[in-house]
Amino acid sequence: MNTVAAPTRSPLARFATRPWIWSFIGALAVWVATIVFTGGKGAGEILSVALTFSSFFVIVGVGQMFVITTGPGNVDLSIPANIALSGALAMILMDGSNGMILAGLVAAVLCGVAIGCFNYILIRTLQIPPIIATLSASFIIQSIAIAYGRGLKIKPPPLLTDLVQAHILSVPLLALFVLALSVGLAFVLNRTLYGRAVTAVGQNPRAAELAGISVGRTRFLTYVLSAALAGLCGAMLAAFSGGASLNMGEEYLLASIAVVVIGGSSVAGGDSNVPGIWGASLFMYLLVTMLNTFGVGAGVRLVATGVIIIAVITIAGGKSSGRG
Amino acid sequence: MCSSRPAAAFAIPADGRALTTDSIVRLSHVERSFGAVRALAGVDLDVVAGECLGLVGHNGAGKSTLMQILAGTLQPGSGSLVVHGRDLTAAYSVGVAQANGVRCVFQELSLCPNLSVAENARILHPSIRGFGWRRRAGALIVGKLDEIFPGHGITAGDIVGDLSLGRRQMVEIARAFSVSDGRLDLVILDEPTSSLDSIVSAQLLAFVRRFISAGGSVILISHLLNEILSTADRVVVMRDGRVVDARPAAAHSHGSLVAAMGSVAVEEKHGAGGASKRGSGTPIVEIRPERQRDSRRLTVHRGEIVGLAGLAGHGQTATLRAIFRAARGGSNAVQGSVAFVAGDRQTDGVFPLWSIAENAIISSGARLARFGVINRAGEAALAAAWKQKIGIRTPDLANPILSLSGGNQQKVLFARALGSEAEIVLMDDPMRGVDIGTKQEVYAIVKAEAERGRSFVWYTTELDELKHCDHVYVFRSGAVVADLSRAELTEEKVLQSSFEIAEAS
Amino acid sequence: MTRFVSPRVIRALLPALSMAVLLVAIFVIQPRAMSYFGLNLMLNLALPIAFATMAQLCVITVNDLDLSIGSFVSFCACVGATFLNDTPLLGVAVLVGCVGVYAAVGALIHLRNLPSIVVTLGMSFVWLGCSVLLLPTPGGTAPAWLIAIVKFKTPLIPFAILASIALALIVHAGLMKSAAGAVLRGSGGNPQAIARAGWSLLRTKVTMFALAGCFGVLAGLSLVGMTTSADANIALRYTLLSIAGVILGGGEFVGGRVSPIGAVLGALTLALAGSLLSFMQISPDWQIGAQGAILIVVLALRTLVNRAEARAA
Repeated sequence: MNTVAAPTRSPLARFATRPWIWSFIGALAVWVATIVFTGGKGAGEILSVALTFSSFFVIVGVGQMFVITTGPGNVDLSIPANIALSGALAMILMDGSNGMILAGLVAAVLCGVAIGCFNYILIRTLQIPPIIATLSASFIIQSIAIAYGRGLKIKPPPLLTDLVQAHILSVPLLALFVLALSVGLAFVLNRTLYGRAVTAVGQNPRAAELAGISVGRTRFLTYVLSAALAGLCGAMLAAFSGGASLNMGEEYLLASIAVVVIGGSSVAGGDSNVPGIWGASLFMYLLVTMLNTFGVGAGVRLVATGVIIIAVITIAGGKSSGRG
Repeated sequence: MCSSRPAAAFAIPADGRALTTDSIVRLSHVERSFGAVRALAGVDLDVVAGECLGLVGHNGAGKSTLMQILAGTLQPGSGSLVVHGRDLTAAYSVGVAQANGVRCVFQELSLCPNLSVAENARILHPSIRGFGWRRRAGALIVGKLDEIFPGHGITAGDIVGDLSLGRRQMVEIARAFSVSDGRLDLVILDEPTSSLDSIVSAQLLAFVRRFISAGGSVILISHLLNEILSTADRVVVMRDGRVVDARPAAAHSHGSLVAAMGSVAVEEKHGAGGASKRGSGTPIVEIRPERQRDSRRLTVHRGEIVGLAGLAGHGQTATLRAIFRAARGGSNAVQGSVAFVAGDRQTDGVFPLWSIAENAIISSGARLARFGVINRAGEAALAAAWKQKIGIRTPDLANPILSLSGGNQQKVLFARALGSEAEIVLMDDPMRGVDIGTKQEVYAIVKAEAERGRSFVWYTTELDELKHCDHVYVFRSGAVVADLSRAELTEEKVLQSSFEIAEAS
Repeated sequence: MTRFVSPRVIRALLPALSMAVLLVAIFVIQPRAMSYFGLNLMLNLALPIAFATMAQLCVITVNDLDLSIGSFVSFCACVGATFLNDTPLLGVAVLVGCVGVYAAVGALIHLRNLPSIVVTLGMSFVWLGCSVLLLPTPGGTAPAWLIAIVKFKTPLIPFAILASIALALIVHAGLMKSAAGAVLRGSGGNPQAIARAGWSLLRTKVTMFALAGCFGVLAGLSLVGMTTSADANIALRYTLLSIAGVILGGGEFVGGRVSPIGAVLGALTLALAGSLLSFMQISPDWQIGAQGAILIVVLALRTLVNRAEARAA
């Protein structure tokens, strides 16, 4: 145990303490454990499948991360309903025709944008906590999705299905696309005025306002971004699973928050990173794979996930102030 | 009121202790520092049974720190604390203070806003429980309210959050004086009348005298010198963390108190006398403080340094924020862009997770950016330039902001405001807890920037800083009460206006 | 001074008013609903929701949020349909242990100063996992005595209503009227003041979380008594419904401002929303949407009251 904490850290030391490192180490460890168990069989396949499924987590996880970054109490609970509605909308618009793929994707994203605007209107005009605002919005969206998408049996356009399931050199095309998207979003977070505003507002909204940042506009853009990403995820998910279903977004509510936490972003806001979302998503999926390979059931897997989330937050700790 | 003072309270001056044995609390050589700032520099203070001790001093004299130590919410850095003849320095805490009959009414309230008046009384009295507790707690608190503030209009069932600030203060005071099963010897009242009107204040002060004649003790902190002179038996004056004067109240006048609070040697010469740059052209800021009753306006011209003086919390910060909002909202009360230098660094200024450089350039990023993308090279150059210019002491601007001392953090906040293009810089008492060397450096920069045509609105609680201002507005109770050019500025005038005699209205 | 009706009173009456409006609408559209049988039909699933809402209220009182209550209620239902029926002693021991876990979670949150949202998010996975381990496929049987209690035919007024009223009054007495309740609520309103007066904040937090665990157990048992069998996902939506119920009932996320009676009314209102739609012959697809709309409307009204109050001040 080296307990010497230097007040200033060298760049190298700071890299070693990057919060997202741990999620990748975890993912790697779980993957290695799995292939040791299988005797090296299917190592590549496992990784390839993991990349595909992680991609969906990443799309919504990054959106949720932006929201959480804007400070305590900010969270988007409308993601699952959003996924269901946008997915259904995209399938209906595409109607199985290759020519309408782009239109369908754009419609799904726009549907998300509309939901994001609705969320923010509720937060702003009703002055209610984002949790309850996005919750009540999600109830309504869910009903629209149910009414609108009931018995929907439209297959996605074959070209789109091929695309989301294609591989380039055994790397899923979908993962490459989401990787590019997440690099773009990392750029937005770290290198643009908007990204900096998000981080500033999350750390100290009063100071941000006094430093000349518009807190309201920043939060508005963030809720819209999160919802737009969820809309995109809805369309992709529907394409991947051969059509939209009403409950396909269900697991993304808790998962989107979980990947943010495991990825090393601060739930108190103001400190987040995109790589961690990838690490955490891979970790969560590979953990499932490992436990499946070991022959343990879904129950143990869920318990393990929960224990890991609690362990991560307990070790990372809350704000150290406030007691003494 | 001046007749029934215990003889024991007459003490030798220039020392806070009274020559008596029935002391309730005795502090000896108590020191306490916050970082580089020495809030208490060896205080001796003695409170005896049956006396009302008045405590006065300008901002930052150490009164609040002293009271927090007595209440048990702060530990003394060194020195000793003797209560009822027992040395409790090591074991002192809130619980011990209460068990020994010492209670404190803090300026920030310690009532639960979601509970009723009776429920809040119960919080302080664990012995009130079981069937009928609500009635008994209500009777206790309302009885005490009746005793102190007849005609208060508060019922036991009122939710504290619904009460006006003044009434909450009344509940808090009544609760501090209420006794169920414990003892009560000393009550510390920190600016108790700040949100009470004159009639209620008079009721409170009369009660304090009754409490004293019944053998209790009170420490009364107030900026209303008349209250102190009429109520206290003995007055202790603090300055720069020390007790500088302790005399029977009868030996003091309004003027002698003001004199005791001021600096040892009042500088007679203020710069070049009347070199005030007042009144050139149309003002770029013209605003009326929110609670200003008369037609007085606060005006700022280009290149001017305007000071806001007065006791802390009398509307200066609110006025700065009003100017900030007006500028951001495009109101024509303010012509030009503004930047804000926070005084409360942790709450209003610092982004704790960021580097020094990021903290310094946050307000300039938009100007340097292209298409919303951060211009890293430009920002690094700007940060480096200001590190040089304002002398931020750090080996690396990429270090976290919290690795800096308070004074250097403050310099970063100055760099943030001065590095932006703002024509008007608003300063919210930014020198709190900053060492003297840093201060001198910042004064020079402010002066240089003003000469280049920038305007400054500078709220300060330090009288010394006002001499850097071209013009000074003194605030009291949310409004401008005096309007002094540099030529007219004297410490005495500022103090006189800040501690105005409470008008009987 | 002589204001006719204070904003606080209006706010306190909002939950009752919204429920009354809903009931009147139902009775106008379908007069037959105004009967023992009709009310029983509409409200039989309201009791578990009311219990879950009360659990959430306990946690919200101390400025935390419980995202695990839905999966916890599911787990308790699963325990009710398995252990409690097969080996009653073990069943009781497991349920008592659950309450202990809730108390421990509260202690962890306080001692490490953790965000409750994340800790309870983790717990929701844990409870769900335990349920899946216990009942991989829907099934099990509730003990006969439990079914008998829940389906007990009380004279004149259906059991669900009587039990909800009793629940509201008991929690109101304990939390709003007792001396200990004042301290518990105070620790949500101004923790510093409570600590300054010498109370242990750890104890208040653990107490409230343990109470939440108790109500969660009751929610699970009353639910499984109604459905007679359980599955791991049976009550997952209770997490969101319970939060909505507390807020609808006039509670606030921070500041210890809660209302047990309001929360029960909120829970019943949400449960009734579906019935109204079916009487209006609107597709049940819109049931969840109607719950969302009720939330928005009631919160909008509350904001209006608050604005009016701010303007008057």
